[in-house]
Amino acid sequence: MSHKVSLTVNGTAHTREVEARLLLSDFLRHDLGLTGTHVGCEHGVCGACTILLDGVPVRSCLMFAAQINGKSITTVEGLSADGKLSPLQEAFRDAHGLQCGYCTPGILTTMTAFLAETPKPSEGDIREALSGNLCRCTGYQNIVDAVKLAAERMSAKP
Amino acid sequence: MKPAPFRYAAPASLEEALALKAEHGDEAKFLAGGQSLVPAMNFRLAQPAVLIDLNGLDALAYVKAEGGTVRIGAMTRYHTLQRDKTIGSKVALMAEALPEVAHPAIRNRGTLGGNLSHADPASELPAVVLALGGTLHARSKKGARAITAKDFFVGVLTTALANDELLAEIELPVFPPRSGTCFLEVARRKGDYAMMGVACAVTLDAGGACSDVHLAYCNAGETPVAAPKAAQALKGQRLDDKTARDAAEMAKGEIRPFGNVHASVDYQRHLAGVLTRRALIAAYGRARA
Amino acid sequence: MSTRSFGQPIKRNEDARLLQGKALFVDDVELPRLLHAAFVRSPHAHARIRGIDTSAAKKRAGVVAVYTAADLGDYWKPGPLLLPPPPIEGVVFNERTQVPLVKDKVRHAGEPVVLVIAEDRYIAEDAAGDVVVDYEALPAVVDLEKARDAKTGFVHDDLKTNVAAHVRQTKGDYAKAVAGAACVIKRRFLYDRGTSLPIETRGVVAQWDGKADRLTVWDTTQAPVFIRNGLAAMLNLSERQVRVIAPFIGGGFGPKIMMFYPEEVLLPWAAMKLDRPIKWIEDRFEHFFATTHERGQLHDAEIALSKDGRIIGVKDVFLHDTGAYDPYGLTVPINSQCTLLGPYIVPNYDSTFTALFTNKPIVTPYRGAGRQHGVFVMERLLDIAARELKMDRAEIRRINFIPPDAFPYDNQIIYQDFAPLVYDSGNYQPILDKALKAIGYKQFLEEQPALRAAGKHQGIGLVCYVEGTGIGPYEGAKVQVQGSGKVSLATGIGTQGQGHYTSFAQIVADQVGVAVTDVDVVTGDTDQFYWGAGTFASRGAVVAGNAVNDAAKVVRQKILRTAAEHFECAEEDLALSNGAVSVVGVPGKTVKLGVLADEANPMRGAVKPGTEPGLEATSYFGPEMGATAAGIHAMIVEVDPETCTLEIKKYVVVHDCGTVINPLILAGQIHGGVAQGVGNAFYEQLVFDDRGQLLNASLADYLIPTALDVPRMTLDHTVTPSPLNPLGIKGAGEAGAIPVGPLFAQAIEDALGLPGQGVELNEIPLSPSRLWELAGALAKIDTSATRVR
Repeated sequence: MSHKVSLTVNGTAHTREVEARLLLSDFLRHDLGLTGTHVGCEHGVCGACTILLDGVPVRSCLMFAAQINGKSITTVEGLSADGKLSPLQEAFRDAHGLQCGYCTPGILTTMTAFLAETPKPSEGDIREALSGNLCRCTGYQNIVDAVKLAAERMSAKP
Repeated sequence: MKPAPFRYAAPASLEEALALKAEHGDEAKFLAGGQSLVPAMNFRLAQPAVLIDLNGLDALAYVKAEGGTVRIGAMTRYHTLQRDKTIGSKVALMAEALPEVAHPAIRNRGTLGGNLSHADPASELPAVVLALGGTLHARSKKGARAITAKDFFVGVLTTALANDELLAEIELPVFPPRSGTCFLEVARRKGDYAMMGVACAVTLDAGGACSDVHLAYCNAGETPVAAPKAAQALKGQRLDDKTARDAAEMAKGEIRPFGNVHASVDYQRHLAGVLTRRALIAAYGRARA
Repeated sequence: MSTRSFGQPIKRNEDARLLQGKALFVDDVELPRLLHAAFVRSPHAHARIRGIDTSAAKKRAGVVAVYTAADLGDYWKPGPLLLPPPPIEGVVFNERTQVPLVKDKVRHAGEPVVLVIAEDRYIAEDAAGDVVVDYEALPAVVDLEKARDAKTGFVHDDLKTNVAAHVRQTKGDYAKAVAGAACVIKRRFLYDRGTSLPIETRGVVAQWDGKADRLTVWDTTQAPVFIRNGLAAMLNLSERQVRVIAPFIGGGFGPKIMMFYPEEVLLPWAAMKLDRPIKWIEDRFEHFFATTHERGQLHDAEIALSKDGRIIGVKDVFLHDTGAYDPYGLTVPINSQCTLLGPYIVPNYDSTFTALFTNKPIVTPYRGAGRQHGVFVMERLLDIAARELKMDRAEIRRINFIPPDAFPYDNQIIYQDFAPLVYDSGNYQPILDKALKAIGYKQFLEEQPALRAAGKHQGIGLVCYVEGTGIGPYEGAKVQVQGSGKVSLATGIGTQGQGHYTSFAQIVADQVGVAVTDVDVVTGDTDQFYWGAGTFASRGAVVAGNAVNDAAKVVRQKILRTAAEHFECAEEDLALSNGAVSVVGVPGKTVKLGVLADEANPMRGAVKPGTEPGLEATSYFGPEMGATAAGIHAMIVEVDPETCTLEIKKYVVVHDCGTVINPLILAGQIHGGVAQGVGNAFYEQLVFDDRGQLLNASLADYLIPTALDVPRMTLDHTVTPSPLNPLGIKGAGEAGAIPVGPLFAQAIEDALGLPGQGVELNEIPLSPSRLWELAGALAKIDTSATRVR
């Protein structure tokens, strides 16, 4: 039995028929072709598949596509506009906050929401907010610095 | 790691949800935040035939202070509880435990009712609700009933809920003045299930001696485990290093941890002792403040 | 030339794509009519297969094919041995390599038994659940000493032993030398299993195009060229018919270079057979069994020293867990054997290892690749020796350093690359001086008693290591000026986050005078570059980097020659910068590289005899041997003595990897290595029960460190260029990870004052629970073999 879902992803409306068990992560990646959302564990630990659901970071591997009727989703593809990096993305580049880049989309969505709520974070705040996203390449230090840098730049530019 | 097939239903009302559960019984599972159920489904450890999604039932998400109690709707998410002023001021023990539950993205989805119904003995909030002496209100097509926290948790991932029942509301008493609480845990990493955790509440009499003490532990047995003997022994006592240590020793004997890949039974018991002592002293300090 | 970018912290070329979710990873490949694969994997670690019933699976709607070993026919054969044993006298090596699907006997849990192909992955998993395999469970070989001593129940029955290899290497005469020692210390050391755990699991997509008569395979491999050649041979195709693409790879760390994984063998075969493209993406649960592991070793080691703390010799006898098969030969245990010697003069060395088959997943190199174990043993022995001899821990290291004038330094044993273990260059004392200063060694030791009196259990650790990097055989690079004026660079290695798109671009940019962003780097596509070995052993920058440099230099010469013809002037009068060539001192006399590229490829007319078209060059570089990097890590840690949990207060890395191409990327490599080392030291352990079952096969229970567990690191470096390559580079990929285990052991011991209580931490990984057990087990360390004269 399939379910009809209508939703907005990165500002674009979509309507699709989905099987009940289709994971939201698979729906975004394979039905909508938004492969920027990465899948790392499918049990909610690694954080790579984190997306913004009505602005709030959630694991897309722990939701079913059937659940998102009427919702608005932002994926990593929606963080930049017309190829212009967001201040957070720019800071990741400047501070070398990524290596293989696989965990990066989930970290960007998580930290985008974090900075919106915590515009002037301490290093401890950042590490705490980041602790639900696993990165195997960077040792986190440059990610922390990138978030700090983004926060500074964003608060300097009101 | 893809879930097995199931039938999905998104009821528009509590009544509809309860009717579906009554119809399908054990075949059906309620889907709350899904932060424990969906991983289990992805591993195919859980293969419900019917999934009843409660996420459309906004009426089940609330925090209300009423008289001497706080009532929490089962679909209230951790994220909401963490930021709720009533919880912060009247249920400080829960407020202290919430940041230890997983990570922000999980707390954005996970719900109190889902957590308690999942009844993972390693989870923080069952121990908190047990220490608080909460009452769990179940609903079914047939009616409603209240279950004390003590009776609610029956075994590993097992509750007293019948197969047509839904945990709808959690009722928590507000402690009287001169009360202090403390939640402490030791986890391998922040956000992991604790190797040992203690939820502790202390109420003092006018003279500064303990009039009421509650101790409950996570990852200390098949359910959240209370330590009533240790708590009882403190009544009428002043809390100091010695009495706290004595109580901690007693509590170590009351819990029934079974060890896992991260912690031996002996280490878990040892941690319970350390954390009990520290939590009692901290709660006592807060009660006097 | 424009401003030199070599050595500068240049921002990465690849980041914009990665940050916007536009980079292609293997699971992002979508093709028309794509099928999906899932595997039935053995739940048993050791079992005989009595029968397989696939009938229900085949009947399920959406299932396209179900294959067992029997269906593979002649295609079924054990995988290749990647590296034969090095030429060491008396070496014993029993080759047993992994099979595509189990035919008769399962040798580790998770070994693939049946391949299911269906219209989507969900259905494929449903059908895998339909397959019924009749297993006769056998007792599992798990424990190393039991594996060694077993008389029956072997992992490979025909061998009649579990011994996979036996190697002894010696230098000097330890047995003789030990007689003259003032202090001899003997201990047992355990280093348990972990796994690399890249956030992207493995994956393969295979597509057969019958019209083009070509196979294309997208693979999360670190070695695409070898995969192409191997697949061509297995499938009776010529190499030109096979294209292997390793696109963006989500972390490798070693295991993604294992060849051939069963899935890499099976998917192309099935895609050809079914004439439809097939995708398999390893899920995280599979990853714990299907991707190789590393680390398990048990050492009985002994060090002999003079009264003043100089090393007279080391003897080490160790067991190495190679898992169910040994396709990677002896790389890991040889690395342990060689790296143990560290930056020290060890006049006499006697090292013997026995590699053992066990019913556990295969062991192949993972970041550090056995070096950790050697460093752990040596550094722990020196710590204990310092205590026995009442010496300072830094001092005992300093006095044993190989002096700077002793290089090249021959350790007189054979390394993993079959070459003698000769250190090319090094200067260790400045590294130590910087590390001691950065961590505040003296000051900390002065303050420590007061801290302890105040109830703060803080300790300091300091460990040294060397790392053989940049081994052969060779890599190549092709540099080409495009008509657009941009410069393309292709190399055969794959990249998994090391920033090759940038560091290699820097090398090219400097030679041909373009911006780093105008160098378009392609790695890991066999249609773009034909030859190469792969990304492993901290060799990408060293070996491919030098090939890139050489090719870029040739292109520079071609540019100058073409420009000299263009302007009818001498080459010496020309300068390259900003993507153009100018005649020095003559304003306006400038030609863009793209114009020259077109002129070098004329459409009409005659060219001089011997002319090669285009501004391009291909070069290869093969070092005669590896370059030896070195470093020191130091740490201050605070331990809660009641809970045995830790807080790292300060972490310092001082490192010498020769000439640095991009300090930003280098720092990232060190940071990431340390994070994995921290995991290895205190969080990560694959726990097997006595049936060979892995008890923690999930990310909830296999604990990789989070942002709250990895400390902020202070980095510094010294530069001792390698004489073995023109750029003077040494590798850096593994350095961060190698010495962290002994550092944790030493610092925690110090924080808790354990040695004073007769407790030593001689095993890794540690954990709060294990630490509590060990610290509680007072005076259980056997010190009877210790004698001080």
